[in-house]
Amino acid sequence: MNLSLLILIPALTLLGILLAPAKIARAIALGGSFAQLGLALGMLFAYMGLHDASHLAFEETHVWFAQWNINYHIGVDAISIAMILLTSVVLVAGVLVSWNIENKTKEFFFLLVMLATGAFGFFISQDLFTQFFFFELAVIPKFLLIAIWGSGKKEYAAMKLVLMLMGGSSLVLIGILGFYFYSSQAGTPSFDLTALSHLSLTHEQQMFLFPMLFAGFAVLSAMFPFHTWAPDGHSSAPTAASMFLAGISMKLGGYGCLRVAVYLLPDAARAYSPYIITLACIGILYGAFVTLKQSDIKLMNAYSSVSHCGFVVLGIAMFTRTAMTGAVLQMISHGVMTALFFAVIGMIYERSHTRIGSEMGGLFKVMPFLGAVFIIAGLTSLGLPGFSGFVAEMTVFVGSFQNADLFHRMATIIATASIVVTAVYILRAVGTTLWGPIKKAEFEKLTDATWNEKLAAGMLVASIVILGTMPLWLSDMIGKTTEVLFGNVIK
Amino acid sequence: MTKTKMNNYSYISFVLIIPLMVFLITGLFGKKLPALSGILGTVGMLIAACLSYFAAYNYFMVGGRVDGLYPTVIAFKQTWLQFSPSLTIDIGIMLDPISVMMLVVVTTVSFMVHLYSIGYMHGEERYSTYYAFLSLFSFSMLGLVISTNIFQMYMFWELVGVSSFLLVGFYYNKPSAVAAAKKAFIVTRFADLGFLAGILILSFYSESLDFQTIIHRMMDSNSPIFMNANAASFMGVSALTWALCLIFIGGAGKSAMFPLHIWLPDAMEGPTPVSALIHAATMVVAGVFLVARLFPVYMQIPAAHDLVMYVGAFSAFFAAVIACTQTDIKRVLAYSTMSQIGYMMFALGVSGYWGHGGLGFSASMFHLFTHAMFKALLFLGAGAVIHYVHSNEMGDMGGLRKKMPVTNAVFLIACLAISGVPPLSGFFSKEEILTAAFENNKIIYAVGLVTACLTAFYMFRLYLTIFWNKPFPLSEGGGHEVPGDVHHSEAPMTMKLPLLILAIATLVAGFIPFSMYVSADGTAFESEFHIIPALVAVTAGLIGIFTAVFLYAKKNDKPEMISAALGGLYRSAYRKFYVDELYLFITKKIIFNFISTPAAWIDKNVVDGMMNLIADVTGNLSESAKTLQSGKISSYVMWFFAAAIVLSMMIVYVF
Repeated sequence: MNLSLLILIPALTLLGILLAPAKIARAIALGGSFAQLGLALGMLFAYMGLHDASHLAFEETHVWFAQWNINYHIGVDAISIAMILLTSVVLVAGVLVSWNIENKTKEFFFLLVMLATGAFGFFISQDLFTQFFFFELAVIPKFLLIAIWGSGKKEYAAMKLVLMLMGGSSLVLIGILGFYFYSSQAGTPSFDLTALSHLSLTHEQQMFLFPMLFAGFAVLSAMFPFHTWAPDGHSSAPTAASMFLAGISMKLGGYGCLRVAVYLLPDAARAYSPYIITLACIGILYGAFVTLKQSDIKLMNAYSSVSHCGFVVLGIAMFTRTAMTGAVLQMISHGVMTALFFAVIGMIYERSHTRIGSEMGGLFKVMPFLGAVFIIAGLTSLGLPGFSGFVAEMTVFVGSFQNADLFHRMATIIATASIVVTAVYILRAVGTTLWGPIKKAEFEKLTDATWNEKLAAGMLVASIVILGTMPLWLSDMIGKTTEVLFGNVIK
Repeated sequence: MTKTKMNNYSYISFVLIIPLMVFLITGLFGKKLPALSGILGTVGMLIAACLSYFAAYNYFMVGGRVDGLYPTVIAFKQTWLQFSPSLTIDIGIMLDPISVMMLVVVTTVSFMVHLYSIGYMHGEERYSTYYAFLSLFSFSMLGLVISTNIFQMYMFWELVGVSSFLLVGFYYNKPSAVAAAKKAFIVTRFADLGFLAGILILSFYSESLDFQTIIHRMMDSNSPIFMNANAASFMGVSALTWALCLIFIGGAGKSAMFPLHIWLPDAMEGPTPVSALIHAATMVVAGVFLVARLFPVYMQIPAAHDLVMYVGAFSAFFAAVIACTQTDIKRVLAYSTMSQIGYMMFALGVSGYWGHGGLGFSASMFHLFTHAMFKALLFLGAGAVIHYVHSNEMGDMGGLRKKMPVTNAVFLIACLAISGVPPLSGFFSKEEILTAAFENNKIIYAVGLVTACLTAFYMFRLYLTIFWNKPFPLSEGGGHEVPGDVHHSEAPMTMKLPLLILAIATLVAGFIPFSMYVSADGTAFESEFHIIPALVAVTAGLIGIFTAVFLYAKKNDKPEMISAALGGLYRSAYRKFYVDELYLFITKKIIFNFISTPAAWIDKNVVDGMMNLIADVTGNLSESAKTLQSGKISSYVMWFFAAAIVLSMMIVYVF
């Protein structure tokens, strides 16, 4: 299994989009993303077929900058495979949703695929420098996607988003450089994740580096109080960009927190964990209550992402195998769910030209397909069994509760309380937008989903249902990798 | 714990698979063949019902007892999700007396409702969707009752909740239906939070999610696991007590116990057959079933056990009082359901565990069984009336006995049964509950007795107002145009047939020797018939009935006089004791205005303000830094010297 294909296919797609005429750019993007999805699935099966399907596999190393010991070192474990699958599903859906985009088609698909390329590279990198390179690659296109194809206060939102994310990545960069220097003090300077994990740092060094790395990545995963880029960014972004932002980008943050910050600095992570848990719980509940106040359904989903991503951080900071597995499951579940939600909100907006729930009403009657998809996304969000959200959230809850002290217990119970608030805002959104009498006469003439929209929604719903009804294989796989990565520091 | 019996019950899985398949087929393709979906659903449920009867026959008659106890059979078990080596969610099928009984109840009522709906929902635009949801509900409810694992039960618990949400909101263009659906889901979700927290606590200490393992480990008062769970305390209450009380909150939410009952009356916005199935016979008794399922553990913790008793008894009485004043026929039935579930709850609460001491448990399950039959009958009968009159208001009805002879007869049978008149089924089950209460707690017994009297009163108030009282069609007053046009017949055969079948069940179900089959510890005992308590109970019922006859048999102004005389008491009962207003105050005024609105404000102005502030400060700094690079040599020179002086002073003084 040649992992570099995961970079190569998007790169070729990018080249194709660049060279081909504008009319077929979307077809190339779609073809490329389907090929990528096929490759990701192939990789999943190849990985599951391995004897030790929990360790790093399919590794590859090429020297990049020899004098600084920077290597193009890639490899995957169950966690990264799960993230890659998520990214490729969201990529296909994002391309499908943007099928009819008219303004600067070529550029749009180019940036979309470029963003995904950055994400793929990020998830397979085993070298911090390479990883950071891809990390930045995934941030830049967002600025343009929002600033050019966005709506509302798009310049402000784009600028804010990029500045905040850049702020985060500068923190990450400090952390990475710190590691580089500490490792050169210890002998060989290195960016290699595995090598660095064996580095023995003093307590002070750990305590200094950890906040940089963790907070830097946490900005991206919209952890309270670094979440404010998310609502503005999401509400101004075009549909596909919102899907990528919440479905993929925020996961880069969660993955970085877990796979880089906590993996490299477990002792500091444990020492800081009470603060992280506190912030996560605030984010979960506070995010939910702020969501309750939103009347714009896109903003509602943006804020609910803040709440849902709190579970990711919470699971990581709980330091049990189950909770960490749950955090990864939540990343995947939330990624698919929120992509679906943003997709369907975008589709409804294109038809009704409003995002304010109370201005809609009764839309279920005219667009039963989109209505059903909206309800499914909502039910996933509120954690209904049978959909992926339930599996992820319950794994986090049960895992968190294995910490027998009062602080962790109370934190868990506070986090679970959000499921009620979630139910309130989701059902209210369903009630005001889809149900009730039709508010405007022109709504009677609206049409239901087109083929590309049906395909995109269908794929995402299928992913949600597969994860929600047959979770064992994935949770098992992720659990084993968690054991390998964190076995000596977790319960 | 024996599962060595040669009976193979794996066919039970079809009882679940059939409704699931029907749901998928009618949900995905039903639009193309609307008529077929009703038939498909009904036939599917008929097969499921037959399989359940067959299983019940095999379980109770053929398999029989092993060492004097009915064995617990695990017909199927599959790991679904593994949290940790000891905590696993299994999806499985567990057969024991109560789950087999529930299979029979659920499939029977569900089949009746499917059949009835062919007539009742005829011509409905979303007919196939209706059947899809009905099948989804049946699947979820059946999955709930055969759960082997507490998390499996929680999952199906949520699924019945969402099916209920979808069915209550079935007429989604009616704002009141939308509001009712939301309310039902959110209130029960709030209760489910308790259930979930309870599961977390219980599973942590028992180190298992499996019902059998939990019960086995918690039943032994000397085991380290039990002692640990009973010792660990939070706010002076042991962890196990917390767990059981929290789980009971979940059950109380689903079973509409006070103060979590407010969703049930509103849920009557759903189609009437749905109310019969979900909000009378099956889903609302899930809470009773949950307590019964964990009954051995509740026995270990008297505080939690007492909570079940007090909440049940209070709800029974509270709901009965409200039922006496309501004028919407479905709401009367809803409060009556709440009251009867209160009976089942306090029966569990007063019950012991061993042998005859477990009379309350058997009686509770018995009442669950008989109540499912006669309450479904009442709702379906009410549905026929509503279908005929096109109104829910009792004021629009009266004198219908001549127009609707079949409905009149079956409704009367059901009313007599719920009032506890011998030899109808309700008499036997209620009498057992009252006996159990009498033996254990006299106060609860008194509450039960008064409630029995009230029950008979409001049921006959309902019956007489619908079928007697004024002549039909109403000629004057009212203000409504004559609703029931004389041209249409009482009801189609698909609606009458279920009524008749359920009426027969109501007539004969009381003769089942329930305590021989279903008991707390699995042993069989004869529930002796005591003539005195039975007489007292029947007298209480008759007092209620005669009061109602006196007031409502003929149209007169006595009811108005009485309600005027009761004044504030009547008004507050009519307004359901203002519990809804209280909830509204808490949710709208406190949570929304004092938590959500400030949180949103803080997010916009404080948290985001900080970020903007940082950006502004950075911007301003760079603006001022820009002036440094002015291009004027003189200012560069000045800065150069200034810096040199500062640096040299630092070197001199610091080092």
